[in-house]
Amino acid sequence: MKKEYAFYPGCSSQLRGSASNYLTSVNSMCETLDIKMTPIPDWNCCGASISYAGSGELARHVMNARNFALAETHLPGQDVVATCAACWLGAKETQEKLDASSQLLAETNEALKQAGLKYEAKAQVRHMVEVLIEDIGYESIAKPVVKPLEGVKFAGYVGCQTNRPFGIAGESFENPMYLDKMVETVGGEPLTKYEQKVSCCGGALAFSEPDKSQKQIKQIVESAYDHGADMIVTPCPLCQANVEIYQSEINRKHGTKLAMPVAYYSQLLAVAYGATPKQAGLDGHVIQPKKLQDIAIKVVPLKKA
Amino acid sequence: MKTAAYICGGCGIAERLDTGRLAKLAEREGKINMVRQHPFLCSTEGVQAIRDDIEKEGATHVVLAACSRRAKTEAFHFPGVALTRANLREGVIWVQPATDDARELAQQMADDYVRMGCAEVTRMMVPAGNPQTGKNKRILVVGGGISGLTAALAAANAGYETLIVERTPQLGGWAGALYRRIPDREPFRDPADTDVAALVDAVASHPRIGIHVGATVAKTSGAPGRFTATIASAKGEIIEEVGAIVQATGFTPYDATRLAEFSYGKSPDIVDQAGLERLAKSADGRAIARPSNGAPVKTVVFVQCAGQRDDSGRHLPYCSGFCCAASIKQAMYFKDASPAINTVVIYTDLRVPGNGEDFYRSAQAKGITFTKGKVSAVEPDGTVRFRDLILDEESAIEADLVVLATGQVPNSGVNIEAPDQENANGLKPISVLNLDYRQGRDLPQLRHGFSDSHFICFPYETRRTGIYTAGPVRRPMDIAQAAEDATGAALKAIQAVENAQLGRAAHPRSGDLSFPIVRLDGCTQCKRCTVECPFGAIEEEARGFPVFNESRCRRCGTCMGACPVRVISFENYSVDSVAAQIRAVEVPDETEEKPRILILACENDALPALDMAGMQRLSYSAFARVVPVRCLGSVNVSWITDAINAGYDGIMLMGCKHGDDYQCHFVKGSELAAYRMSKVEDTLKQMALERERVATYEVAITDIERLPRLIDEYAKTIERIGLSPMKGFA
Amino acid sequence: MSDYAGDFLREVEARVEEGEWVKMCMQCGVCAGSCPFGEHWEHSPQKIFMMIRAGKREEVLTSDSMWMCTSCYNCVVRCPRELPITQIMHGLATYAERLGLAPKMQPTRRFSLVFWNNCTKTGRVNELKLVMQVYFRNGFIAGLKEAWNMRRVGLGLLLAKRMNPFELFLPHRCKDQKGIQAMLKKAYEIEDRKRGFDS
Repeated sequence: MKKEYAFYPGCSSQLRGSASNYLTSVNSMCETLDIKMTPIPDWNCCGASISYAGSGELARHVMNARNFALAETHLPGQDVVATCAACWLGAKETQEKLDASSQLLAETNEALKQAGLKYEAKAQVRHMVEVLIEDIGYESIAKPVVKPLEGVKFAGYVGCQTNRPFGIAGESFENPMYLDKMVETVGGEPLTKYEQKVSCCGGALAFSEPDKSQKQIKQIVESAYDHGADMIVTPCPLCQANVEIYQSEINRKHGTKLAMPVAYYSQLLAVAYGATPKQAGLDGHVIQPKKLQDIAIKVVPLKKA
Repeated sequence: MKTAAYICGGCGIAERLDTGRLAKLAEREGKINMVRQHPFLCSTEGVQAIRDDIEKEGATHVVLAACSRRAKTEAFHFPGVALTRANLREGVIWVQPATDDARELAQQMADDYVRMGCAEVTRMMVPAGNPQTGKNKRILVVGGGISGLTAALAAANAGYETLIVERTPQLGGWAGALYRRIPDREPFRDPADTDVAALVDAVASHPRIGIHVGATVAKTSGAPGRFTATIASAKGEIIEEVGAIVQATGFTPYDATRLAEFSYGKSPDIVDQAGLERLAKSADGRAIARPSNGAPVKTVVFVQCAGQRDDSGRHLPYCSGFCCAASIKQAMYFKDASPAINTVVIYTDLRVPGNGEDFYRSAQAKGITFTKGKVSAVEPDGTVRFRDLILDEESAIEADLVVLATGQVPNSGVNIEAPDQENANGLKPISVLNLDYRQGRDLPQLRHGFSDSHFICFPYETRRTGIYTAGPVRRPMDIAQAAEDATGAALKAIQAVENAQLGRAAHPRSGDLSFPIVRLDGCTQCKRCTVECPFGAIEEEARGFPVFNESRCRRCGTCMGACPVRVISFENYSVDSVAAQIRAVEVPDETEEKPRILILACENDALPALDMAGMQRLSYSAFARVVPVRCLGSVNVSWITDAINAGYDGIMLMGCKHGDDYQCHFVKGSELAAYRMSKVEDTLKQMALERERVATYEVAITDIERLPRLIDEYAKTIERIGLSPMKGFA
Repeated sequence: MSDYAGDFLREVEARVEEGEWVKMCMQCGVCAGSCPFGEHWEHSPQKIFMMIRAGKREEVLTSDSMWMCTSCYNCVVRCPRELPITQIMHGLATYAERLGLAPKMQPTRRFSLVFWNNCTKTGRVNELKLVMQVYFRNGFIAGLKEAWNMRRVGLGLLLAKRMNPFELFLPHRCKDQKGIQAMLKKAYEIEDRKRGFDS
């Protein structure tokens, strides 16, 4: 049965954006799982977690509320689904705050009026992994697997913002298991122990405080190596970029030889479902996820969900 | 005397042991008149068989060789006969491996236990009771504060006549002097009404409560069920007869003038918590003004831990528990009246026991500022100098009013171990109960001047039978805790009077009907029993002979253990009954290389732990022979001599922990035993015996795995030092 | 000497996002211990809350501590009083910026402003422009240097087709840019009024 959602891709997932291969793999995965993701027409940036000094409080809520209003108008009744962790967190925070305060809602709508929009306070904000776990379910995620990711060990790096403060499907903040479970579902081997699992990569401060952030990233990658992982899997576009692209910088500054590929959960699912390397966005990596690519080029019959 | 022995075959006993042989042993060696075997002794028909023998055959002394004396006590309840149990189940088959190899040693163990049981029972008498027991059921409550009032009301509502003696001219105590109290109910948000007036009314109008105010206890004598208290007041002296006493004499605040650096007494604007309550009460909802000039208070600072948790030795070393919540409450007096008043609480750790966290949150929500800091000085002008421990810098606040949170000094009376010692406020305490007891005028104290109440097992229980403490006199506490405490103490007092009239021990050793019996003609007036009784139950008469106040007795037997000439015994637990058990064991001679280890196990912690080791099927040395004792304090040194002379290779004494955080159910017993055994060491040396032959252990009821280990280690020690050279002399 | 009279605390309550929570902190220090960048904060969140109560207005607002927050929310989920610490730190930073007290050269401050400017211009972030703005913040020469230092990273992304050199000229954009600008203007107005910045 087709599931339909109002899709909020976020700035990094745009064409040739820093997470464009994330979007490619999400599209492939959704096709297999029969999920229809319609981008919210004329969606705008949410401001992420870094805009605060410029935006103040209300402007941020207004940016998110514009997206909700557009979804309500053009895709009524559909949940807003974000693939970016920061977009999801910020949008969900706005949704909850506007739900809780009629004063804040009134102020928001006063501003939205200037753009000819109104937010009816009916938005439901979900992250892509929430949709997979809660609406599709692990069993249904497993069904279309034609190429189980056997022999590949994944460090399930959940990171911060899909985990805190809202959490996915009621899981523990200190040790969420959903990413490991997803890995298992598609036939891969998760790490049983990964103490950097929910440790911060530095987030936006990878730009403004590179040395401090790279120190965190170094620990995240080294720990994955320590536990024998072949690659890291993550649900957040900023984590993927931060943990992948600065390994060369870290090697240069610290004399290390880090070369740990970092993939998206959607890429794992896409490959497991039989997508080509291109369809799974595997051509969009700085550090090549060779083991995934090897599996992706094998030829097997396809299944549809 | 007609003796009967029953060998049970149930629970695997018949499979693991030769019960037929045990029966023969009982008959031939134990000299028992009627010996029966039964496959399932605790069944209805097994119990009936025993009952039939008692009623129809006239059995007066019964041995049950079956499970532990701690098991099946309801089934095997035969009042009116002397009863003992030989522990074949928890004591033999459950602690010995069920292999063929181990069968012979297990049988030897069982044989010995049957011999011991038979030997013991013939030395026992059915307790006859004591005609001296008092039947007064009136409860005396000393102290008319929240603890005393609650205790009195509880006892009176339960149907008992009660008498309150209060030192000051009115009832209510500290709680009555408060403007509001810390809330004890949802939502724990605001200070609550004290409800003391209602409580005082309830007490004053209760038909079963008598009240003396402006009165003290000039003298107390007697025993539970027959106490005599002399009440002295301006009207003269009245003699009251009561059955039990609750001491709820509360506390005095620590004297803040002793905190020179806080300038208490140098300015009327520096007060303690009691002082603030007085200001609040007279303000009665209007803004509290500065006492010095009547100006409004704009900034008030609360100094926590004033003269408390002090390591220097000059002030109270403990935390009084209630003062953080009290300061929160008092800060709310200001904030509730006017949110603009700056209220700052400087604390070391903010402790709000019970449901206080919600109260603390409410205070924060109201805008009261809390800061972790160490106050070094309060100047007479109200400047509070402190080190902010979060900001790690020296700071100061100019306050209009400063409130010092000082602690509780218990009104526990005279410290009988140091009668001239000053209390924490530098004052010589006045006796509260004026007990006419040889051991001293007041209840013994344990730490920091608080009355000792056995905190591990028996709160409210003091070292004076029939007298119970409630409230801050026994440990620092707040109103909610004191009210609960008082109810508990009232319950204990009721228990005491009900049991006293039946001649029964209330607690511990509940239900015990035996009393110490003394052969005065053998007494040497050495006074050891009088001095060593943990409960001051023994007085001294003119010629120096001991006088036993029966219902003060806890039946522990410490006196029996103390007596060098062995003239003290209980009807069913005597020097003789234990010595007979020790001698009944068949000690193999040295050629057989089978040692014998005597274990004197206290029935409160050690014996249950040994039983539980059996329940968990943990084995220990088959050479051990356990004799339960009421308390290690009751162990008479003659038993050690008897054991050595009988050829035992080692003697283990297992009792409860002693010391400041003691667990000994009889307070001093375990400690006395350790002390006595240290003297035994000298004797052993003189006899050229190794000091390892007598060993004393502190054990806890949770030492289920430790005890078998200790026993096995001790068996190895015996192996190392060799068998006793004293074998064959018995 | 600190002043515990609470004036600054009240100011924070009135004008800083989630500022009314500051009085609920019970000084346990879990936030300070849980922060991934904790070692880089001059004053930990715990200390900042205490400084606010102690009236240390200037020290707090001129500090670069709050700018160290990476929005990881570890403190938020562990705080026993459930303070929204991340939001409070961002709120304090924003407030300091508004008052002109934030340290001018603080890199995250500058990045935050650049990011917001960038995404509100067209309604979508122009990533390449953003990166350029970050590199060239200290001048042209410095920018060239930094771009050169990061050339490997840039090349990697370029080859991975995750960086578009043409983005500078053909950025992603929303259609209703005018509407977005108007609504934001209104939002600023409303908030300034609320927080007392409208005089």
